[in-house]
Amino acid sequence: MNKIKCECGHINPEGTVLCEACGKPIEGNQHIDGNDQKKLLNMRYEGSARRSQTYRRSFVDKVWSFFSSVKVGVWLIVIALVASTLGTLFPQQQFIPQNAISRDPAIYYEDQFGFIGKIYYLLGFHEMYSAWWYLLLLGLIGVSLVICSLDRFIPLYKALKIQKPRRHETFLNRQRLYSETEEVSDAEIEQVKEKLKKQRYRITEQNGHILAEKGRFSRWGPYVNHIGLIIILLAAILRTTPIMFTDEYVWVREGETLVIPGTKGEYYIENKKFHLDMHDPEDERFKDAIEKSGMVESNFQTDAVIYKDANEDVPGAEPELEHVLTESIQMNKPAKFDGYTLYQQGYQQNEFSSMTFKIHETADEEETAIDSFTIDLFNPESEYILDNGFRVAIDQYYPDYYLAEDGTPASETNYPRNPAFVLLVYPPDETEPEISFLGIGRNIDATGENDYKIAIQDFDTHYVSGLTLRVDHTLIFFGIGAAIFMIGVIQGMYWQHRRVWLHPKDDGVLLAAHTNKNWFGLSKDIEKAIEQTNIKMVEDRQELDK
Amino acid sequence: MDLFNLSGNMLFAAFILYLIATLFFGATIREKRKKGNKKEVAGNIAITITILGFLAQLTYFFTRWMASGHAPLGNMFEFVTFLGMAMVLAFIIIYFIYRLGFLGLFALPIAMLIIAYASMFPSEVAPLVPSLNSYWLWIHVSTVAIGQGILFISFVAGLMYLIKEIDQTKRTKRNTWLEIVVYTLFLVIGFIVITSVFNVAGYKATFEYQDGTQIFETEYHLPAIAAPNNGVLVTDGVVEPLFEAPSWMQGEDAGRKFNTVIWSLLTGTLIYGITVLILRKRVAAAIQPLLRSVKADLLDEIMYRAVAIGFPVFTLGGLIFAAIWAQIAWGRFWGWDPKEVWALITWFFYAAFLHLRLSRGWHGEKSGWLAVIGFGIIMFNLIVVNLVLSGLHSYA
Repeated sequence: MNKIKCECGHINPEGTVLCEACGKPIEGNQHIDGNDQKKLLNMRYEGSARRSQTYRRSFVDKVWSFFSSVKVGVWLIVIALVASTLGTLFPQQQFIPQNAISRDPAIYYEDQFGFIGKIYYLLGFHEMYSAWWYLLLLGLIGVSLVICSLDRFIPLYKALKIQKPRRHETFLNRQRLYSETEEVSDAEIEQVKEKLKKQRYRITEQNGHILAEKGRFSRWGPYVNHIGLIIILLAAILRTTPIMFTDEYVWVREGETLVIPGTKGEYYIENKKFHLDMHDPEDERFKDAIEKSGMVESNFQTDAVIYKDANEDVPGAEPELEHVLTESIQMNKPAKFDGYTLYQQGYQQNEFSSMTFKIHETADEEETAIDSFTIDLFNPESEYILDNGFRVAIDQYYPDYYLAEDGTPASETNYPRNPAFVLLVYPPDETEPEISFLGIGRNIDATGENDYKIAIQDFDTHYVSGLTLRVDHTLIFFGIGAAIFMIGVIQGMYWQHRRVWLHPKDDGVLLAAHTNKNWFGLSKDIEKAIEQTNIKMVEDRQELDK
Repeated sequence: MDLFNLSGNMLFAAFILYLIATLFFGATIREKRKKGNKKEVAGNIAITITILGFLAQLTYFFTRWMASGHAPLGNMFEFVTFLGMAMVLAFIIIYFIYRLGFLGLFALPIAMLIIAYASMFPSEVAPLVPSLNSYWLWIHVSTVAIGQGILFISFVAGLMYLIKEIDQTKRTKRNTWLEIVVYTLFLVIGFIVITSVFNVAGYKATFEYQDGTQIFETEYHLPAIAAPNNGVLVTDGVVEPLFEAPSWMQGEDAGRKFNTVIWSLLTGTLIYGITVLILRKRVAAAIQPLLRSVKADLLDEIMYRAVAIGFPVFTLGGLIFAAIWAQIAWGRFWGWDPKEVWALITWFFYAAFLHLRLSRGWHGEKSGWLAVIGFGIIMFNLIVVNLVLSGLHSYA
């Protein structure tokens, strides 16, 4: 380590650009901050010695200076941004719509978006936000944040701590705001001091050299907010572990009680009723809009009861449900219990709960019902014996009927979304049944010789409520990170670090000032302070890049 | 419905007041040249009228809130109007810090353009869908708009800086790009003009088109240059379309939106062309002399200050409040929804702006370009992401 001794007596670490105590430019180091090119001194980080700018030999040095570069940081962010943008071009895998031709990404993207879609899929953009390279990119941004901050914060902190009120003349006359006054009285200096104090500057003196300073804490703002960002990045990594984060989806029918997935079999939910409410089209306020663009939902709500299984620890035992909570779960109003949160997420309206059929004579054009019966679609009986002597047996039941490719009827799911039956109808005193095939919009007489016909008379539907279960123990970390970030940003942006130096020279005084932002405000402060004195107003000598 | 009418009238009043205020800000140019006791008069009148206009718009906002029972921030009309108001608010704040009347001469017309743009969307009070039914609606949306309004001032200052400083004596890459930015503003004017003209005329043409297995109907309010892909004109006695929108344009009403874009381009280009013919030079070159007496470093300072003030507000509203609400409504605070991603991009962009300025010394012109691009991203997120890309925020 080659320490550098300044003429003021202060010993600076290697690589210092401006003496930490008096600000005198240290010979041979001015190129580091580009001071050799310009009249004004570059004041960022107070010209302190940054590791990244000083040591560049070993491998560690090289890695350090690579990551400490804002340029590298910005590029990492730009790459992440461009990638994130591309990720929004087409829906991510989990957002492939339910009604898509196929939810298999290998098929969906090419089918929907053609060749570009295929490339999108092949390059893995369809699940980009959890791809390893994307996470790596975030990690690198994190590393860059840490190194950038340390590389600047430590020397800056030291330099501001060590700074002396007495500054070298070259330091002062190379500041952006500067003036020289030939003759100034002590009384006038006192007055300026008083006025600066009134504007809440902290005054320190050294043999008549004055430093007025305020808002130094705003210099720490960037480092505080970067701590916040690092906490957020860490939380994002934590969130990928199942201990910290659970995400499950459950469909529960009206009247049904189900174990909630993701609760290790501990909790059950009963859907008492699902509400789908609409805004009143007669409502004076919304009449016009509803007329124009159609009905609008006003509420999705599941009246739910949550139970806990008291026998959960006993293997093989029947669940013994204890009431935990009765709650109306709505959008924007999730139910919370024991660290779990249940959100209203979706609903299905397309399931039948029961169907009522009537029997009439095939020849009867009026279709007068001779008899009728109701099938509970979740619990169909094998045979229905009717009041007027008819007997109906269910030969086949397809809850979610479709015609398979080989031409045979089949059921796509076990849910009664499109129920169809093969019914055997035994008229009174007959042993040979008539065969009917019945479904929504289908009524087929298999032989064409049936004397009696069955028709759908009525049906009931029910809602299926979709709920999301979430456990997210990382929220608190995201919250803390965001709060620290906001504090840091406000600290750095809404306050400024302002310094005014008064440097007696012969009978006069050199006046210089520096701020990290809002030069306009600093000039106003100085204007007020030197009012009614001989001291010349500082001149703004900013060199704007053209 | 009295409250609703009052609300509409107040918005109109605000618009007129902003217009008058702009004229008075224009008068400050003359005064600056004359220099005298009356120096501040025009500026004081102008800012007073601006504040009156702002109060009128605030009245619009709250009476509409009372009339509808929810914060009027639920659709494009309501949000964009509020954004215009936030821009005026930001201008008023910055005016009292820097007292630069010229800023009003640029900021108010563009804010008015935004409000006029808003009124091209359906303005009926629409009921809220369940996901929006939360007090987070006004907390989140108003904070975002105010943040964007402040960032808008940095755009205005940046644009003024560029117009003032970029050499217009001969054609260069820089003044060409600047002219493109100005031309973009003309396209917005073009959109507003052509939409208004045909709205007043009450033009309607209906198309039917097939998307997948379903048949959709779409109603054009501009004569169809481009029909929807596979669209059939059902209205009689209207102009036949020249061609069909390309098939890769998907989504609801893609054809109609494409048609509107064509019309806006044509009209905007026409207005721009006429303007250039009258001025006989680039529009930016014509504006340049007006800015002679404004100090470039003050514009640079305002541009930076506006980002410094607006960035934390935008972060709070656009990312933090947004995440909290998303957590309450959907159980996930971040979902890579296009609007979310673009808010993040905006945030990163302004973060880059600040970093480049602080540690790479990007001042003046470079900063000016960044301020212009930054606002371009905000507008992209508002217009393209809402209307073209689908997602949770497509309300209009």
